[in-house]
Amino acid sequence: MASAATSRLEGLRDRGAALGGVVQPVSLLLVAAAAGLIVGSLRSAIFAQLTVQGLALGAVYGSLALALVLVYRATHVVNFAQGELAMATTYVAYQLIKWGLSYWEAFFATLAIAFVVGAVLEVVLIRPVLHRSVIAAVIVTVGLFILIDGLVNWVWGGDFKFMPSPFGTKIYHVGGVSIARLYPGMFVVVIVSVLLVWALFRFTKLGLGMRAAALRPAESALVGVRVEWMLAIGWGLAAVLGAVAGLVAEPSQFVLQPTLMQPILVYAFAAAVLGGLESPAGAVVGGLAIGISLNLVVQYVPAITTELQTPLAFAVLLVVLLLKPSGLFGHREVRRV
Amino acid sequence: MTALLELEDVEARYGPVHVLHGISLAVEEGSVVTVLGPNGAGKTTTLRAVSGTVRRSGRIRLGGRPIDRLGPASVAHLGVAHVPEGRGTFSELTVWENLRLGAYSRRGSIQPELERVFSYFPWLSERRRQQAGTLSGGEQQMLALARAFVHRPRLLLLDEPSLGLAPVLVAELFRIVRELNEQEGLTVLVVEQNAHLALQAADAGYVLEAGRVALSGTSDELRADDSVRRSYLGY
Repeated sequence: MASAATSRLEGLRDRGAALGGVVQPVSLLLVAAAAGLIVGSLRSAIFAQLTVQGLALGAVYGSLALALVLVYRATHVVNFAQGELAMATTYVAYQLIKWGLSYWEAFFATLAIAFVVGAVLEVVLIRPVLHRSVIAAVIVTVGLFILIDGLVNWVWGGDFKFMPSPFGTKIYHVGGVSIARLYPGMFVVVIVSVLLVWALFRFTKLGLGMRAAALRPAESALVGVRVEWMLAIGWGLAAVLGAVAGLVAEPSQFVLQPTLMQPILVYAFAAAVLGGLESPAGAVVGGLAIGISLNLVVQYVPAITTELQTPLAFAVLLVVLLLKPSGLFGHREVRRV
Repeated sequence: MTALLELEDVEARYGPVHVLHGISLAVEEGSVVTVLGPNGAGKTTTLRAVSGTVRRSGRIRLGGRPIDRLGPASVAHLGVAHVPEGRGTFSELTVWENLRLGAYSRRGSIQPELERVFSYFPWLSERRRQQAGTLSGGEQQMLALARAFVHRPRLLLLDEPSLGLAPVLVAELFRIVRELNEQEGLTVLVVEQNAHLALQAADAGYVLEAGRVALSGTSDELRADDSVRRSYLGY
């Protein structure tokens, strides 16, 4: 069939264009950045330490960014309460540990609670306003931010709480580099969670249904996908990722307080936008990039002090939105009629 | 013969605009029925009323069971596959993922269904990893049909399958629909602009005008009707 042959050619050309036009420069950039980090780490122990620490923090930003992306893809809502929700679930873990659960028992129980809370919030607060307008739903998330913040302060108070660190205080010495076990621990926990979520989306029927529901709700319903359940499950999974971010961010700050996730939310927004807001992989890569670069910049650029870290992330967000709104991984849709 | 699908006095509207003013029709089990009519007569809306993608009132029964209060996902789970106008292809997903979605309401392995569909559309098998949006229009229409078949529906709703397709492909498409009907007893309700083709493929038809059934009968009866000939067949 002639038409099939031409369209196959065109399909290949489209894919080639996609590779040449979008993926290649970005992957080159990433490879170059990784090479730079490795060379820097080999030359300087401080650089290596900052890089490892930045990777761990970046993984945290990436997982919260991924939560934002999941919610955005499912409902086109930017969830400003995502960070506060993560903070609240960290308090839940704190409480469970105080009641006598072991750290990891509390960890997994908290993830389950986060899932339910995220899904219920979507059903109870977001869905009723979403059919009116997305902006109404976004405003609800701002209200939710304030509500959760107030609730946590009311229940647990605003003073510092202390949780046991799941990673202990062990320090690894590799060559001249000293690395607290905390950082590789954070990194592994976050990356494993992210990979599990990715596998769920990529390889399961439920994941396919969720992707379809996010892409084309009307057509998904026609093939029997329960679109509304999918959106609720999407919010639940986002809350789980947020909970992971909160739980591993807590030991890196050594104390638990209601402002735990506020700077991290800014970094996560910057990461999500850098990655292209619609791209799960972009969110994670964006998070790692922000984590590492902020850590290095503060060390090596004298003018930029720690206080400027959060504004700097905001600047990244602005620059990306102005220069390349689709971000690093923002995909061009390949579609033929 | 018993009616698989029955519509009785069905009304539907988009906001304040009434589109269907009491449609009654029946589709016999194992038959192909077509809906003809000018633009805006309510053909597409009739299909949407069945699949639950428009607000409707009146009685709709599938195999005797009322479905007029069900949403689209529930209707799909009862065995109705609706291929909407414009095909409803998930262009961002791969061919295989599109087919997998077609069988979303089925439990267990879909391998036998896939094998069966690949026997009708062999080229789909080679291109299962291709992004569906990169297929040509004709291929996407075939994919939409294939996606409906893996569902193994009791009732297939086809909306304007010939739209934007080359005549050769349209003929091929109707041939496959007819074959599935004859070999597997698939029941089809098809909306089609091309009345000539539609009446050739269908056992019976309904002519809608302004949201009402103006005329109905077997394909032969409709072909013989003067007004149908003048308005839809052009001779």
